[in-house]
Amino acid sequence: MSTTVSPLDRVKTGAWNGGKSPFEVEYGKLMMWFFLLSDAFTFSAFLIYYGAQRFSKVSWPDPDVVFQSIPGVADHGYPLVFVGIMTFILIMSSVTMVLAVEAGHRNAKKEVVTWMIWTIIGGLMFLGCQALEWTHLHHEGYWWGSFPASYTGVDTIGALQFANLFFTITGFHGFHVFTGVLINIIILCMVLFNVFEKRGSYLMVEKVGLYWHFVDLVWVFVFTFFYLV
Amino acid sequence: MAAEHTHEHAAEHATMTKGKIWQVFFYLLGITALEFFIALYLIPKGMVSHGIGNFAYIVLTLVKAFYIVAYFMHLKFEKFALKTGIVVSLIFIVYFIILMLTEGSYMYLHMN
Repeated sequence: MSTTVSPLDRVKTGAWNGGKSPFEVEYGKLMMWFFLLSDAFTFSAFLIYYGAQRFSKVSWPDPDVVFQSIPGVADHGYPLVFVGIMTFILIMSSVTMVLAVEAGHRNAKKEVVTWMIWTIIGGLMFLGCQALEWTHLHHEGYWWGSFPASYTGVDTIGALQFANLFFTITGFHGFHVFTGVLINIIILCMVLFNVFEKRGSYLMVEKVGLYWHFVDLVWVFVFTFFYLV
Repeated sequence: MAAEHTHEHAAEHATMTKGKIWQVFFYLLGITALEFFIALYLIPKGMVSHGIGNFAYIVLTLVKAFYIVAYFMHLKFEKFALKTGIVVSLIFIVYFIILMLTEGSYMYLHMN
C-alpha cells in the first residue's frame, strides 16, 4: 500500500484555507478592534459635520479667545494652557495603561494593579478638568443652543453651531472616558480577585487597554480641530 | 509546533518594552509641544500663516495618531490581514471628509 497522499486529500494549513486563523488574535480582541472601528466612524461623522459647518459659515469663534482661562487660577490671558494640561493627563494615562498591559504579559499582578490605579486616577483627573471647563464656559454663556451676548449680527450663526458642536462632541468623548474609567475599575477588581491569575492570562487588560488608547486617540483629533485649527 | 508558538510569543513581547513605551511617550509629548509652539509663538508673531499652521497641525496630529495606534494599540505587530483590514476601512472616512467639506464650501458660496 502506498503512503503518498493525493493533492486533493492533503490537509491545508494556510491562513486562508481554514488551517489557522488569518488574524491570529483572540476572538474578544478582534471584536474590540471591530467595535473601535465602528466607534471611529461615529466620531469622524461628528468631527466631519463640525468641519462642514465651519466651512459653510462666514465667521467662527476664535479658539484662542474662547479657551483662554485656567479655571480657578486665571480668568483670561492663557490660551491653550488648560487644554494642554488635559492633553498631558490623557497621554500620561495612556502610558500607564500600556505599562499595565506590559506587566500583564509578564503575569506581574502587583505591577498591573499599580498601573491600573494610575490609569484610573488619570481618567478621573481628565473628567474633573472637563467638568471645570464646561462649568467655566457655561458661566460665560455657552451651552447647547446658547452663546455669550458678545456675539452679534452674522457672528451669532457660527457661535451657535460652535456651542452646540463643542458640547456634543466633547460630551460624547467625555462619556467614553467615563465608561473607560468604569471598565478599568471593573478590570482592576477582577485583577485583585485573581480572576486573570487563575485564567493564566491578562489578555483582558489588553482589550480594555485598546479601548482606553482609542479614547486618547479621539482626544488627539478633538484637541486639534476644536482648540488649534 | 509548541516550541514555535512560544518563540513567536517571546518575539511579540519583545516589541513593546518599557523603554519603547517611554520613547513613544516622549515623541507624543514632543509633537504636542511643537503644536503649542506653532499656536502660541509662530502664528502670533506672524512667522507662519494660519493656513500653513493648520496644515502643520493636521500632519502632526496624524503622526501622533500613527504612534498611538501602531505602538500603544500594538497594531504594528499584528498580522498583515488585521492591519490591512483596519487601515483600509478608514478610506470611508477620507471619502466622507472630501464629500462633506465640498458640501460645506458650496453652502458658504450659495447660502450666505
